[in-house]
Amino acid sequence: MEFWRVPLDVDEIQITRGIVYIIENRCKGCGYCIQFCPRQILEFSPKFNQKGYHPPVVKNSDDCVNCHYCEIICPEFAIYSVEVSDELSDSYNEIGDDNEFNEEVNGKSNPHR
Amino acid sequence: MADKLRAAKKQPDHPLDDLLRRDRIPHIWCPGCGIGTAFSSCLNAIKSSGLERKNVVMVSGIGCSGRAAGYVNLDSFHTTHGRAIPFATGLKLGNPDLNVIVFSGDGDLFAIGGNHLIHAARRNMDMTVICVNNLNYGMTGGQVAATTPNMAKTTTTPRGNPETPFNLPHIAYAAGATFVARWTILNTREITKSIEEALLKKGFSFIEVLSPCPINYGRRNKESSQDTLKLYQEKTIIKNGAHPSEIDIDPEKGIILGKFVDLQQPTYIEKYDKICRSLMNH
Ligand code: SF4
Ligand code: SF4
Ligand code: SF4
Repeated sequence: MEFWRVPLDVDEIQITRGIVYIIENRCKGCGYCIQFCPRQILEFSPKFNQKGYHPPVVKNSDDCVNCHYCEIICPEFAIYSVEVSDELSDSYNEIGDDNEFNEEVNGKSNPHR
Repeated sequence: MADKLRAAKKQPDHPLDDLLRRDRIPHIWCPGCGIGTAFSSCLNAIKSSGLERKNVVMVSGIGCSGRAAGYVNLDSFHTTHGRAIPFATGLKLGNPDLNVIVFSGDGDLFAIGGNHLIHAARRNMDMTVICVNNLNYGMTGGQVAATTPNMAKTTTTPRGNPETPFNLPHIAYAAGATFVARWTILNTREITKSIEEALLKKGFSFIEVLSPCPINYGRRNKESSQDTLKLYQEKTIIKNGAHPSEIDIDPEKGIILGKFVDLQQPTYIEKYDKICRSLMNH
């Protein structure tokens, strides 16, 4: 039995979404962003940056909620998120229809589409 | 999908890049050092306060945290050891329109510069003092400091520190600070909010930020930076309004965080103008 009820405004609640950007060569590999991202969407990249550290890489980019926590806890100004605006989503839709672009970006067609 | 959005758009600048002297980045702070987090919270607060950039200045003293003044893209000054507060006092008196931030470490502000701090607090000099407390002298190799916890190991206390450390918010409050808060670097949002409130408030504001020093303090106390953050996560308790005399840092009891003091008192400049500049007194 479930004790909670569905909120009345559940259809109206919008979860903000974000795009995470990483400036790899600024990173010193402390791992704070990975450890404390509330959505646990980051992990260490296997590759090295110029300074010899493993920067983070986004493993599940669709789950970023644009909370900016990684942005402020990062001591190196190396990671930040930007809200996915409607305008961006629109431009994405156009891109999304373009299969060549998908292949170019992912090296293969996107299985989610 | 977000992957493609990212690829589709030119990568924007980091939102704090305009407040950074980008040519000086990467900074000298060690991997896992918390000073960068305290600094980025501070820049974020400067941004969200909406204050005019040309009126915000940053002063720091010597030590790892003292390097901050050299990285901020504002008028800033890196003073001699312990002298950030008197320099900031001079700036404020010379140009009362300025919003003066002192960003420095526990050694600089409470040991070498301890006297300056208590007297600026006593006078209620209008400035915001951010003290990054890493529990030791990091830059010089991890010697015991006035903030090192009892029994902690440092290069100069290999058997454990026999002394009792300062409780920084208590000193600031007892000396007369009108805004006092303490956070750890995990509380990025709270630090940002406290600094923003302090910037917009008149009077002497003091914010302590507990921060890991994995290279010097951590290494000798078998604490990686991740361990320190885990300790913050598990051992801290937020108690806004707690009396500063009751918030010694004692991991056994729990480390109390929060905004402890927020009073309205006339500032030094207001009192000086009223008493020493008013024509009615002549
Ligand atoms: S903005 Fe928040 S959810 Fe997105 S990556 Fe950063 S910490 Fe994770
Ligand atoms: S918090 Fe910053 S420096 Fe640390 S691993 Fe993440 S991106 Fe790198
Ligand atoms: S010595 Fe400690 S406080 Fe100084 S930069 Fe390194 S980790 Fe940070």
